[in-house]
Amino acid sequence: MNQLLRMTGSAAIDGTPIFSQLDLVLTPHSWTCLLGASGVGKSTVLRLFAGLAEGITFNGSLSKPGCVAMMAQQDLLMPWLSVMDNVLLGASLRGERADKPRARDRLEQVGLADHADKLPAALSGGQRQRVALARTLMEDRAVVLLDEPFSALDALTRAQMQELTAELLAGRTVLLVTHDPNEAARLGQTILIMTPTGLVDIAAPTSPIPRDIHAADVLRAQADLFDHLRRPT
Amino acid sequence: MTGWRAGIAATCLMLALWQTVIWTTGVARFILPPPALVAQTIWDSRALLAEHAVVTMAEVLIGLLLGAALGFVSAIGLVASPTARALVRPILVFSQSVPVFALAPILTLWLGFGLWSKITMALIIIYFPVTSSFFDALMRTNRDWIGLAKVMGASPARIMWHIRVPAALPGFASGLRLAAVYAPIGAIIGEWVGASKGLGYLMLLANGRAKTDLMFAALIVLAILTILLHAAVNKLCEKTLDRPE
Repeated sequence: MNQLLRMTGSAAIDGTPIFSQLDLVLTPHSWTCLLGASGVGKSTVLRLFAGLAEGITFNGSLSKPGCVAMMAQQDLLMPWLSVMDNVLLGASLRGERADKPRARDRLEQVGLADHADKLPAALSGGQRQRVALARTLMEDRAVVLLDEPFSALDALTRAQMQELTAELLAGRTVLLVTHDPNEAARLGQTILIMTPTGLVDIAAPTSPIPRDIHAADVLRAQADLFDHLRRPT
Repeated sequence: MTGWRAGIAATCLMLALWQTVIWTTGVARFILPPPALVAQTIWDSRALLAEHAVVTMAEVLIGLLLGAALGFVSAIGLVASPTARALVRPILVFSQSVPVFALAPILTLWLGFGLWSKITMALIIIYFPVTSSFFDALMRTNRDWIGLAKVMGASPARIMWHIRVPAALPGFASGLRLAAVYAPIGAIIGEWVGASKGLGYLMLLANGRAKTDLMFAALIVLAILTILLHAAVNKLCEKTLDRPE
Protein backbone atom coordinates (compact mmCIF):
# COMPACT_ATOMS: atom_id res chain seq x y z
CA MET A 1 0.00 0.00 0.00
CA ASN A 2 2.15 2.86 -1.25
CA GLN A 3 -0.62 4.94 -2.71
CA LEU A 4 -1.65 7.98 -0.71
CA LEU A 5 -4.90 7.67 1.19
CA ARG A 6 -6.82 10.88 0.82
CA MET A 7 -10.29 12.07 1.71
CA THR A 8 -11.57 15.40 0.43
CA GLY A 9 -15.11 16.67 0.69
CA SER A 10 -17.98 17.13 3.08
CA ALA A 11 -20.30 14.84 4.98
CA ALA A 12 -23.73 15.05 6.54
CA ILE A 13 -25.82 12.70 8.64
CA ASP A 14 -29.61 12.99 8.21
CA GLY A 15 -29.16 16.40 6.59
CA THR A 16 -27.05 17.78 9.44
CA PRO A 17 -23.61 18.80 8.14
CA ILE A 18 -20.84 17.05 10.04
CA PHE A 19 -17.79 18.47 8.30
CA SER A 20 -17.08 20.35 5.08
CA GLN A 21 -14.10 20.95 2.85
CA LEU A 22 -12.02 18.43 4.65
CA ASP A 23 -8.73 17.45 3.07
CA LEU A 24 -7.15 14.58 4.95
CA VAL A 25 -4.10 12.70 3.74
CA LEU A 26 -2.78 9.60 5.44
CA THR A 27 0.95 9.10 5.01
CA PRO A 28 1.64 5.46 4.15
CA HIS A 29 3.41 3.31 6.75
CA SER A 30 3.03 5.90 9.47
CA TRP A 31 0.72 6.92 12.29
CA THR A 32 -1.67 9.82 11.77
CA CYS A 33 -3.41 11.04 14.92
CA LEU A 34 -6.69 12.87 14.60
CA LEU A 35 -7.85 14.99 17.53
CA GLY A 36 -10.67 17.46 18.00
CA ALA A 37 -13.75 18.32 19.97
CA SER A 38 -16.60 15.84 20.30
CA GLY A 39 -19.05 16.00 17.41
CA VAL A 40 -16.56 17.51 14.98
CA GLY A 41 -16.74 14.38 12.82
CA LYS A 42 -13.65 12.34 13.70
CA SER A 43 -15.62 9.13 13.95
CA THR A 44 -17.42 9.91 10.70
CA VAL A 45 -14.04 10.18 8.94
CA LEU A 46 -13.09 6.82 10.38
CA ARG A 47 -16.37 5.20 9.36
CA LEU A 48 -16.01 6.51 5.82
CA PHE A 49 -12.52 5.02 5.57
CA ALA A 50 -13.90 1.76 6.99
CA GLY A 51 -16.67 1.65 4.39
CA LEU A 52 -19.39 1.92 7.03
CA ALA A 53 -21.10 4.84 5.28
CA GLU A 54 -24.61 3.75 6.24
CA GLY A 55 -26.58 6.91 6.97
CA ILE A 56 -23.72 9.23 5.99
CA THR A 57 -24.06 11.47 2.94
CA PHE A 58 -20.57 12.05 1.63
CA ASN A 59 -19.75 14.50 -1.14
CA GLY A 60 -16.21 14.41 -2.33
CA SER A 61 -13.53 11.97 -3.22
CA LEU A 62 -12.10 9.19 -1.14
CA SER A 63 -9.27 6.99 -2.31
CA LYS A 64 -10.50 3.53 -1.45
CA PRO A 65 -8.21 2.07 1.14
CA GLY A 66 -9.32 -1.44 0.17
CA CYS A 67 -9.38 -3.85 3.06
CA VAL A 68 -8.82 -2.24 6.43
CA ALA A 69 -8.78 -3.48 9.99
CA MET A 70 -10.55 -1.62 12.75
CA MET A 71 -10.22 -1.42 16.50
CA ALA A 72 -12.64 0.60 18.60
CA GLN A 73 -13.02 1.92 22.13
CA GLN A 74 -15.12 -1.11 23.02
CA ASP A 75 -13.22 -4.33 22.46
CA LEU A 76 -16.26 -5.74 20.56
CA LEU A 77 -15.37 -9.29 21.56
CA MET A 78 -18.19 -11.76 21.00
CA PRO A 79 -19.06 -12.92 24.54
CA TRP A 80 -20.06 -16.42 23.38
CA LEU A 81 -16.74 -17.12 21.63
CA SER A 82 -13.51 -18.14 23.32
CA VAL A 83 -10.51 -15.81 23.11
CA MET A 84 -9.10 -18.01 20.34
CA ASP A 85 -12.34 -18.00 18.35
CA ASN A 86 -12.59 -14.23 18.75
CA VAL A 87 -9.13 -13.87 17.20
CA LEU A 88 -10.30 -16.17 14.39
CA LEU A 89 -13.58 -14.26 13.91
CA GLY A 90 -12.57 -12.65 10.60
CA ALA A 91 -11.80 -16.02 9.04
CA SER A 92 -15.08 -17.58 10.13
CA LEU A 93 -17.00 -14.51 8.93
CA ARG A 94 -15.43 -14.83 5.50
CA GLY A 95 -15.83 -18.60 5.43
CA GLU A 96 -12.06 -19.11 5.35
CA ARG A 97 -10.16 -21.92 6.97
CA ALA A 98 -9.17 -21.07 10.54
CA ASP A 99 -5.39 -20.62 10.81
CA LYS A 100 -5.02 -21.64 14.45
CA PRO A 101 -1.20 -21.64 14.63
CA ARG A 102 -1.11 -18.06 13.37
CA ALA A 103 -3.86 -17.03 15.82
CA ARG A 104 -1.82 -18.62 18.62
CA ASP A 105 1.22 -16.58 17.49
CA ARG A 106 -0.84 -13.38 17.63
CA LEU A 107 -2.08 -14.23 21.11
CA GLU A 108 1.51 -14.87 22.14
CA GLN A 109 2.51 -11.46 20.77
CA VAL A 110 -0.05 -9.77 23.02
CA GLY A 111 0.93 -12.02 25.93
CA LEU A 112 -2.32 -13.97 26.19
CA ALA A 113 -1.34 -17.40 24.87
CA ASP A 114 -2.42 -19.01 28.15
CA HIS A 115 -5.91 -17.51 27.93
CA ALA A 116 -6.87 -18.89 24.50
CA ASP A 117 -9.69 -21.11 25.77
CA LYS A 118 -11.25 -18.61 28.17
CA LEU A 119 -14.35 -16.59 27.49
CA PRO A 120 -13.90 -12.80 27.25
CA ALA A 121 -15.94 -12.35 30.45
CA ALA A 122 -13.10 -14.01 32.37
CA LEU A 123 -10.58 -11.33 31.30
CA SER A 124 -9.80 -7.85 32.60
CA GLY A 125 -10.50 -4.74 30.49
CA GLY A 126 -6.84 -4.44 29.48
CA GLN A 127 -6.64 -8.13 28.55
CA ARG A 128 -9.82 -7.88 26.49
CA GLN A 129 -8.39 -4.96 24.57
CA ARG A 130 -5.25 -7.00 23.92
CA VAL A 131 -7.43 -9.76 22.46
CA ALA A 132 -8.99 -7.10 20.22
CA LEU A 133 -5.46 -6.11 19.17
CA ALA A 134 -4.62 -9.74 18.40
CA ARG A 135 -7.82 -9.96 16.32
CA THR A 136 -6.80 -6.79 14.47
CA LEU A 137 -3.31 -8.17 13.81
CA MET A 138 -4.85 -11.42 12.60
CA GLU A 139 -6.62 -9.47 9.87
CA ASP A 140 -3.18 -8.39 8.66
CA ARG A 141 -4.28 -5.27 6.77
CA ALA A 142 -2.05 -2.51 5.42
CA VAL A 143 -4.40 0.13 6.80
CA VAL A 144 -5.54 0.05 10.42
CA LEU A 145 -8.20 2.36 11.84
CA LEU A 146 -8.14 2.95 15.58
CA ASP A 147 -11.11 4.68 17.20
CA GLU A 148 -10.01 5.72 20.70
CA PRO A 149 -8.97 2.15 21.42
CA PHE A 150 -7.30 2.90 24.74
CA SER A 151 -9.62 5.51 26.21
CA ALA A 152 -11.51 3.07 28.44
CA LEU A 153 -8.34 1.74 30.07
CA ASP A 154 -6.62 2.92 33.24
CA ALA A 155 -3.53 5.11 32.77
CA LEU A 156 -0.96 2.39 33.35
CA THR A 157 -2.66 -0.20 31.13
CA ARG A 158 -3.18 2.51 28.51
CA ALA A 159 0.55 3.32 28.40
CA GLN A 160 1.39 -0.38 28.03
CA MET A 161 -1.22 -0.85 25.30
CA GLN A 162 0.11 2.18 23.40
CA GLU A 163 3.60 0.72 23.40
CA LEU A 164 2.46 -2.78 22.45
CA THR A 165 0.20 -1.49 19.66
CA ALA A 166 2.88 0.82 18.21
CA GLU A 167 5.34 -2.04 18.21
CA LEU A 168 2.99 -4.57 16.61
CA LEU A 169 1.49 -2.23 14.01
CA ALA A 170 4.89 -0.91 12.88
CA GLY A 171 5.05 -0.40 9.11
CA ARG A 172 1.30 -0.12 8.64
CA THR A 173 -0.72 2.95 7.75
CA VAL A 174 -2.56 3.84 10.94
CA LEU A 175 -5.26 6.41 11.58
CA LEU A 176 -5.74 6.93 15.30
CA VAL A 177 -8.70 8.97 16.51
CA THR A 178 -8.05 10.10 20.07
CA HIS A 179 -9.02 12.65 22.71
CA ASP A 180 -5.75 12.33 24.56
CA PRO A 181 -2.97 14.86 23.72
CA ASN A 182 -0.44 12.67 25.49
CA GLU A 183 -1.39 9.69 23.35
CA ALA A 184 -1.08 11.77 20.17
CA ALA A 185 2.31 13.11 21.30
CA ARG A 186 3.57 9.57 21.97
CA LEU A 187 2.25 7.88 18.86
CA GLY A 188 1.58 10.50 16.19
CA GLN A 189 3.94 10.89 13.25
CA THR A 190 1.44 13.30 11.81
CA ILE A 191 -0.84 15.08 14.29
CA LEU A 192 -3.99 16.76 13.06
CA ILE A 193 -6.67 18.64 14.94
CA MET A 194 -10.06 18.57 13.29
CA THR A 195 -12.05 21.81 13.61
CA PRO A 196 -15.28 22.93 11.96
CA THR A 197 -13.19 24.99 9.53
CA GLY A 198 -10.73 22.30 8.57
CA LEU A 199 -7.64 20.48 9.74
CA VAL A 200 -4.83 22.06 11.75
CA ASP A 201 -1.44 20.41 11.36
CA ILE A 202 0.54 20.30 14.60
CA ALA A 203 4.27 19.68 14.44
CA ALA A 204 4.82 16.14 15.69
CA PRO A 205 8.01 14.99 17.40
CA THR A 206 10.35 13.31 14.94
CA SER A 207 11.65 10.57 17.22
CA PRO A 208 10.51 6.98 16.52
CA ILE A 209 7.33 5.70 18.15
CA PRO A 210 6.31 4.69 20.75
CA ARG A 211 7.98 7.67 22.37
CA ASP A 212 9.05 7.80 25.96
CA ILE A 213 6.47 9.38 28.26
CA HIS A 214 8.93 11.89 29.71
CA ALA A 215 10.87 12.70 26.54
CA ALA A 216 11.17 16.45 26.16
CA ASP A 217 9.72 16.53 22.65
CA VAL A 218 6.70 14.48 23.78
CA LEU A 219 5.99 16.85 26.63
CA ARG A 220 6.38 19.88 24.36
CA ALA A 221 4.06 18.43 21.72
CA GLN A 222 1.55 17.51 24.39
CA ALA A 223 1.55 21.07 25.76
CA ASP A 224 1.21 22.45 22.23
CA LEU A 225 -1.77 20.23 21.61
CA PHE A 226 -3.42 21.31 24.85
CA ASP A 227 -3.05 24.93 23.80
CA HIS A 228 -4.56 24.29 20.39
CA LEU A 229 -7.44 22.23 21.72
CA ARG A 230 -8.31 24.90 24.28
CA ARG A 231 -8.16 27.72 21.83
CA PRO A 232 -11.71 28.78 20.93
CA THR A 233 -12.47 28.24 17.27
CA MET B 1 -31.73 -24.60 47.35
CA THR B 2 -33.95 -21.82 48.70
CA GLY B 3 -36.05 -22.12 45.49
CA TRP B 4 -36.96 -25.69 46.35
CA ARG B 5 -37.71 -24.87 49.96
CA ALA B 6 -39.88 -21.93 48.99
CA GLY B 7 -41.75 -24.14 46.49
CA ILE B 8 -42.45 -26.81 49.10
CA ALA B 9 -43.51 -24.19 51.64
CA ALA B 10 -45.88 -22.58 49.12
CA THR B 11 -47.39 -25.98 48.27
CA CYS B 12 -47.97 -26.75 51.96
CA LEU B 13 -49.54 -23.35 52.45
CA MET B 14 -51.94 -23.94 49.54
CA LEU B 15 -52.90 -27.40 50.80
CA ALA B 16 -53.55 -25.94 54.26
CA LEU B 17 -55.74 -23.21 52.79
CA TRP B 18 -57.63 -25.72 50.70
CA GLN B 19 -58.28 -27.95 53.73
CA THR B 20 -59.25 -24.94 55.86
CA VAL B 21 -61.89 -23.87 53.32
CA ILE B 22 -63.40 -27.37 53.47
CA TRP B 23 -63.41 -27.48 57.27
CA THR B 24 -64.86 -24.01 57.74
CA THR B 25 -67.51 -24.08 55.00
CA GLY B 26 -68.42 -27.76 55.06
CA VAL B 27 -68.69 -27.67 51.26
CA ALA B 28 -69.83 -30.90 49.62
CA ARG B 29 -67.07 -33.12 48.26
CA PHE B 30 -68.52 -33.13 44.76
CA ILE B 31 -68.05 -29.33 44.72
CA LEU B 32 -64.61 -29.23 46.33
CA PRO B 33 -63.00 -32.55 47.21
CA PRO B 34 -60.51 -32.53 50.11
CA PRO B 35 -56.81 -32.78 49.27
CA ALA B 36 -56.49 -36.23 50.82
CA LEU B 37 -59.27 -37.59 48.60
CA VAL B 38 -57.63 -36.07 45.49
CA ALA B 39 -54.30 -37.60 46.48
CA GLN B 40 -56.06 -40.96 46.94
CA THR B 41 -57.69 -40.60 43.51
CA ILE B 42 -54.37 -39.73 41.87
CA TRP B 43 -52.89 -42.92 43.31
CA ASP B 44 -55.90 -45.16 42.54
CA SER B 45 -56.33 -43.84 38.99
CA ARG B 46 -52.63 -43.61 38.24
CA ALA B 47 -52.86 -45.88 35.20
CA LEU B 48 -55.77 -43.91 33.74
CA LEU B 49 -54.11 -40.56 34.46
CA ALA B 50 -50.80 -41.72 33.02
CA GLU B 51 -52.48 -42.91 29.84
CA HIS B 52 -54.10 -39.52 29.25
CA ALA B 53 -51.10 -37.53 30.48
CA VAL B 54 -48.87 -39.23 27.90
CA VAL B 55 -51.20 -38.05 25.13
CA THR B 56 -51.33 -34.48 26.41
CA MET B 57 -47.58 -34.31 26.91
CA ALA B 58 -46.99 -35.66 23.41
CA GLU B 59 -49.19 -32.88 22.01
CA VAL B 60 -47.40 -30.29 24.14
CA LEU B 61 -43.89 -31.45 23.29
CA ILE B 62 -44.50 -31.77 19.55
CA GLY B 63 -46.28 -28.40 19.55
CA LEU B 64 -43.41 -26.87 21.49
CA LEU B 65 -40.76 -28.25 19.15
CA LEU B 66 -42.62 -27.23 15.99
CA GLY B 67 -43.60 -23.82 17.38
CA ALA B 68 -40.04 -23.11 18.52
CA ALA B 69 -38.58 -24.18 15.18
CA LEU B 70 -41.14 -22.18 13.22
CA GLY B 71 -40.63 -19.14 15.45
CA PHE B 72 -36.85 -19.41 15.08
CA VAL B 73 -37.03 -19.51 11.30
CA SER B 74 -39.70 -16.79 11.02
CA ALA B 75 -37.80 -14.36 13.23
CA ILE B 76 -34.67 -14.77 11.12
CA GLY B 77 -36.69 -14.34 7.95
CA LEU B 78 -38.34 -11.18 9.28
CA VAL B 79 -35.00 -9.69 10.28
CA ALA B 80 -33.32 -10.63 7.01
CA SER B 81 -35.99 -9.20 4.73
CA PRO B 82 -37.48 -5.72 5.20
CA THR B 83 -40.21 -6.65 2.71
CA ALA B 84 -41.24 -9.66 4.76
CA ARG B 85 -41.17 -7.43 7.83
CA ALA B 86 -43.48 -4.86 6.23
CA LEU B 87 -45.91 -7.54 5.02
CA VAL B 88 -45.93 -10.05 7.84
CA ARG B 89 -45.67 -7.95 10.97
CA PRO B 90 -49.14 -6.38 10.71
CA ILE B 91 -50.55 -9.86 10.14
CA LEU B 92 -48.74 -11.15 13.21
CA VAL B 93 -50.03 -8.32 15.35
CA PHE B 94 -53.55 -8.76 13.97
CA SER B 95 -53.41 -12.48 14.69
CA GLN B 96 -52.85 -11.63 18.34
CA SER B 97 -56.19 -9.81 18.47
CA VAL B 98 -58.03 -13.01 17.52
CA PRO B 99 -58.76 -15.00 20.68
CA VAL B 100 -56.99 -18.31 20.09
CA PHE B 101 -59.75 -20.09 21.99
CA ALA B 102 -62.10 -19.20 19.15
CA LEU B 103 -59.85 -21.04 16.70
CA ALA B 104 -60.09 -24.37 18.49
CA PRO B 105 -63.41 -25.48 16.95
CA ILE B 106 -62.18 -24.53 13.48
CA LEU B 107 -58.94 -26.46 13.95
CA THR B 108 -60.91 -29.48 15.12
CA LEU B 109 -63.10 -29.17 12.04
CA TRP B 110 -60.10 -28.96 9.74
CA LEU B 111 -57.67 -31.34 11.42
CA GLY B 112 -60.01 -33.79 13.11
CA PHE B 113 -60.25 -35.11 16.67
CA GLY B 114 -56.77 -36.58 16.75
CA LEU B 115 -53.40 -35.29 17.87
CA TRP B 116 -52.85 -32.71 15.15
CA SER B 117 -55.60 -30.26 16.05
CA LYS B 118 -54.12 -30.03 19.58
CA ILE B 119 -50.54 -29.80 18.36
CA THR B 120 -51.57 -27.00 16.03
CA MET B 121 -53.37 -25.23 18.84
CA ALA B 122 -50.26 -25.41 21.06
CA LEU B 123 -48.12 -24.30 18.13
CA ILE B 124 -50.28 -21.27 17.40
CA ILE B 125 -50.34 -20.20 21.01
CA ILE B 126 -46.54 -20.29 21.40
CA TYR B 127 -45.58 -19.10 17.93
CA PHE B 128 -46.03 -15.41 18.70
CA PRO B 129 -44.06 -15.19 21.98
CA VAL B 130 -41.17 -17.21 20.51
CA THR B 131 -41.07 -15.25 17.25
CA SER B 132 -41.46 -11.85 18.82
CA SER B 133 -38.89 -12.28 21.60
CA PHE B 134 -36.32 -13.76 19.19
CA PHE B 135 -37.10 -11.09 16.58
CA ASP B 136 -36.63 -8.28 19.11
CA ALA B 137 -33.34 -9.76 20.28
CA LEU B 138 -32.11 -10.12 16.67
CA MET B 139 -33.00 -6.48 15.94
CA ARG B 140 -31.17 -5.31 19.06
CA THR B 141 -27.82 -6.76 17.95
CA ASN B 142 -25.01 -4.37 18.86
CA ARG B 143 -24.52 -2.16 15.75
CA ASP B 144 -20.78 -2.02 16.39
CA TRP B 145 -20.50 -5.82 16.22
CA ILE B 146 -22.23 -5.71 12.84
CA GLY B 147 -19.95 -2.85 11.75
CA LEU B 148 -16.87 -4.84 12.76
CA ALA B 149 -18.15 -7.86 10.84
CA LYS B 150 -18.72 -5.72 7.74
CA VAL B 151 -15.20 -4.31 7.94
CA MET B 152 -13.99 -7.91 8.15
CA GLY B 153 -15.75 -8.57 4.86
CA ALA B 154 -18.68 -10.69 6.07
CA SER B 155 -21.75 -11.26 3.88
CA PRO B 156 -25.20 -10.48 5.36
CA ALA B 157 -25.91 -14.21 5.65
CA ARG B 158 -22.71 -14.81 7.63
CA ILE B 159 -23.39 -11.76 9.82
CA MET B 160 -26.78 -13.31 10.55
CA TRP B 161 -25.41 -16.73 11.34
CA HIS B 162 -22.18 -15.83 13.16
CA ILE B 163 -23.17 -12.59 14.91
CA ARG B 164 -26.90 -11.88 15.09
CA VAL B 165 -28.23 -15.37 15.85
CA PRO B 166 -25.72 -16.24 18.59
CA ALA B 167 -26.11 -12.75 20.07
CA ALA B 168 -29.90 -13.18 20.17
CA LEU B 169 -30.05 -16.71 21.62
CA PRO B 170 -30.79 -15.46 25.16
CA GLY B 171 -33.83 -13.67 23.69
CA PHE B 172 -34.89 -16.92 22.02
CA ALA B 173 -34.50 -18.62 25.41
CA SER B 174 -36.88 -16.18 27.10
CA GLY B 175 -39.43 -16.90 24.36
CA LEU B 176 -39.01 -20.64 24.94
CA ARG B 177 -39.55 -20.24 28.69
CA LEU B 178 -42.88 -18.52 28.02
CA ALA B 179 -43.75 -21.13 25.42
CA ALA B 180 -43.22 -23.96 27.92
CA VAL B 181 -45.98 -22.48 30.08
CA TYR B 182 -48.32 -21.59 27.20
CA ALA B 183 -48.08 -24.82 25.21
CA PRO B 184 -50.09 -26.96 27.70
CA ILE B 185 -52.85 -24.30 27.65
CA GLY B 186 -53.12 -24.73 23.87
CA ALA B 187 -53.24 -28.51 24.07
CA ILE B 188 -55.91 -28.49 26.80
CA ILE B 189 -58.13 -26.03 24.91
CA GLY B 190 -57.84 -28.29 21.88
CA GLU B 191 -58.85 -31.29 23.97
CA TRP B 192 -61.84 -29.51 25.46
CA VAL B 193 -63.26 -28.79 22.03
CA GLY B 194 -63.05 -32.33 20.81
CA ALA B 195 -60.88 -35.28 21.76
CA SER B 196 -61.01 -38.85 22.84
CA LYS B 197 -57.80 -38.79 24.90
CA GLY B 198 -55.74 -36.45 27.01
CA LEU B 199 -55.97 -34.77 30.41
CA GLY B 200 -58.31 -32.04 29.10
CA TYR B 201 -60.65 -34.69 27.77
CA LEU B 202 -60.45 -36.59 31.08
CA MET B 203 -61.35 -33.43 33.00
CA LEU B 204 -64.46 -32.88 30.89
CA LEU B 205 -65.41 -36.52 31.22
CA ALA B 206 -64.98 -36.48 35.01
CA ASN B 207 -66.89 -33.23 35.25
CA GLY B 208 -69.82 -34.65 33.32
CA ARG B 209 -70.03 -37.59 35.71
CA ALA B 210 -69.68 -35.42 38.85
CA LYS B 211 -66.33 -37.11 39.60
CA THR B 212 -64.85 -33.87 40.90
CA ASP B 213 -62.01 -35.67 42.63
CA LEU B 214 -60.85 -37.14 39.31
CA MET B 215 -61.15 -33.72 37.69
CA PHE B 216 -58.93 -32.23 40.37
CA ALA B 217 -56.56 -35.16 40.04
CA ALA B 218 -56.19 -34.51 36.29
CA LEU B 219 -55.76 -30.79 36.95
CA ILE B 220 -53.00 -31.38 39.49
CA VAL B 221 -51.20 -33.85 37.24
CA LEU B 222 -51.38 -31.26 34.46
CA ALA B 223 -50.02 -28.54 36.75
CA ILE B 224 -47.14 -30.74 37.91
CA LEU B 225 -46.27 -31.69 34.33
CA THR B 226 -46.33 -28.03 33.28
CA ILE B 227 -44.03 -27.06 36.16
CA LEU B 228 -41.66 -29.91 35.29
CA LEU B 229 -41.69 -28.92 31.62
CA HIS B 230 -40.92 -25.32 32.50
CA ALA B 231 -38.11 -26.41 34.83
CA ALA B 232 -36.65 -28.67 32.14
CA VAL B 233 -36.82 -25.96 29.46
CA ASN B 234 -35.33 -23.48 31.92
CA LYS B 235 -32.44 -25.82 32.69
CA LEU B 236 -31.87 -26.50 29.00
CA CYS B 237 -31.83 -22.76 28.25
CA GLU B 238 -29.37 -22.07 31.06
CA LYS B 239 -27.08 -24.82 29.80
CA THR B 240 -27.15 -23.98 26.10
CA LEU B 241 -28.62 -20.56 25.23
CA ASP B 242 -28.05 -18.14 28.09
CA ARG B 243 -24.74 -16.46 28.63
CA PRO B 244 -23.23 -14.38 31.37
CA GLU B 245 -22.86 -10.77 30.28
